[in-house]
Amino acid sequence: MSGAVLPGQGAWRRLLRNAGFALGALIVGIVLVVAILAPWITPYDPFAVNLEARLVPPSFMEGGTAANFLGTDQLGRDYLSRLIYGARISMIIGIATVITSGLIGTTIGILGGFYGGRVDDVVMFLITARLSIPVVLVALAVAGLLGSSFLLVILVLGLLLWDRFAVVARSTTMQLRTLDYVSAAWCAGSSQMSVLMREILPNIATHLAVVATLEMALAILLEAALSFLGLGVPAPLPSWGLMIAEAKEYMFFTPWVILVPGIALFVLVLGVNLLGDALRDMLGTDLSR
Amino acid sequence: MVKFLLRRLTVAVLVALTVLTLSFLLTRLSGDLAISIAGPSATAQDVEIIRQAYGLNRPVYVQYLDWLFRAVQGDFGDSYFFRDRVSNLIGARLPITMTLGLVGLGLALIVALPLGIIAAVRENTWLDRTVMMVALVGQAMPSFWLGLILMVWLGLNLGLLPISGTGGPEYYVMPGIVLAFSAIPSLMRLTRSGMIEALSSDYIRTARAKGLSRLSILVKHGFRNAAIPVVSIAAVQLGFMLGGSIVIETVFAMHGVGYLAWESISKNDYPVVQAVVLVLALIYIALTLLADLLNAVLDPRLRTA
Repeated sequence: MSGAVLPGQGAWRRLLRNAGFALGALIVGIVLVVAILAPWITPYDPFAVNLEARLVPPSFMEGGTAANFLGTDQLGRDYLSRLIYGARISMIIGIATVITSGLIGTTIGILGGFYGGRVDDVVMFLITARLSIPVVLVALAVAGLLGSSFLLVILVLGLLLWDRFAVVARSTTMQLRTLDYVSAAWCAGSSQMSVLMREILPNIATHLAVVATLEMALAILLEAALSFLGLGVPAPLPSWGLMIAEAKEYMFFTPWVILVPGIALFVLVLGVNLLGDALRDMLGTDLSR
Repeated sequence: MVKFLLRRLTVAVLVALTVLTLSFLLTRLSGDLAISIAGPSATAQDVEIIRQAYGLNRPVYVQYLDWLFRAVQGDFGDSYFFRDRVSNLIGARLPITMTLGLVGLGLALIVALPLGIIAAVRENTWLDRTVMMVALVGQAMPSFWLGLILMVWLGLNLGLLPISGTGGPEYYVMPGIVLAFSAIPSLMRLTRSGMIEALSSDYIRTARAKGLSRLSILVKHGFRNAAIPVVSIAAVQLGFMLGGSIVIETVFAMHGVGYLAWESISKNDYPVVQAVVLVLALIYIALTLLADLLNAVLDPRLRTA
């Protein structure tokens, strides 16, 4: 992790000219708008079962109808409507997880980087211990024990995915701690809290934003995997992972049933990662680990 | 060097103890384990019998010390569902998971190292950008979904590989590819950035000035230095892959420890779940320790850390 902590001059201008950033922002923006407007733009009720129109192919494929643009699932529910509501689930999980894990990780990391010594030893230990815990396995075990629910997924992922926030907050705080303007704030008589909140935090924020995109992408993928294994978001909620799980039985006959939610998932995660990559390029640091 | 070793070893043991404690606490999350084991249709009497039979009526700290003492000796108790010792179950299935992890890591290295080096040598060209795009695509690919796609495409449409199950080498190809996909992006980025840094250094300039061949400079001087962080990340990635094996093994119905854990979770077989979490965490701890030691051997500067 080399390079300066603070973004150089003209960094924001460079960011806006970055094609990857534009594409990422477009994808995430569209998904966000679709998720917010879901009740108003879905053609059908995503839970409405129609056993007479099961597994209808998308309208652009052979046998498709104009009534269901992306076809219907094994219970005759409109695939497009479910996909749109699924965007809501992915976005809520992604954002809520990032907020939870970001608060935990940033606090731990700043404390370690700022105070050093014993405090930092404890912080490093917490990070090492957290990294040794297999996330998917523990998340599944907890869901199996307590019964899976939407809230539980957010909580478990939020409590598990803070490690990278802590690592980055710690190392960037360490670099800042010795800089002149922080010393100046000390000399001017600022309290510890004020130095942390007003000098350190704003200056590591962009680095944390890069981590936030990485963690959001990871949280979205993990939620899908958990739901796919039947211990994430419970049915009949239209999580994209759950949609793939429900369609799995039919994929050998009608492959589009797993393609539709899978591509949606892939594109959203790609968009979030593109944003993160562009931010990272702007900072000129490598946080990809 | 000795001091460094001792320090790393102490941390590893402390982390292992923490994980032992956490995996004990994990099964106590629901409050009353006996009720969870008995299931929803059990009477109060059934619950009481189970509580007696599994020693759950003892104080929690006694149960904890008992579990800790046995676990350290490799005794994880009996499975509730399979009529076998937990250690036997895990011992029988661990080789499958380990093999799968190594196949995945091997495939990932075969792809990531050359691509990372090429991207570094041709930095900021279309080739570099294409390679970085591959990394982004790999990062965004949901592994279970990729698994299903391969099953339909390679398994059904082309009929090249068995669709799922446990068996000979051919059964490891598709799950191996899927696992490799998850490790390729970070390995590739790291190889690339390491090579870029190495290639711009003074010793490379010296090597060029001496008139050494391009290939010899790249491999002997460049890659050797770039490889140091790659080695440690490869070990860590293997740990992550083993931890993530539960998803891949379930998708492909491979009977490794991940599949065992999934089965056990759905059957409320807590001793097995607990033990698998612990074993995978311990393997991860051992791998990171190994990575640190390898690093210290490869790069003497790190020994003082």
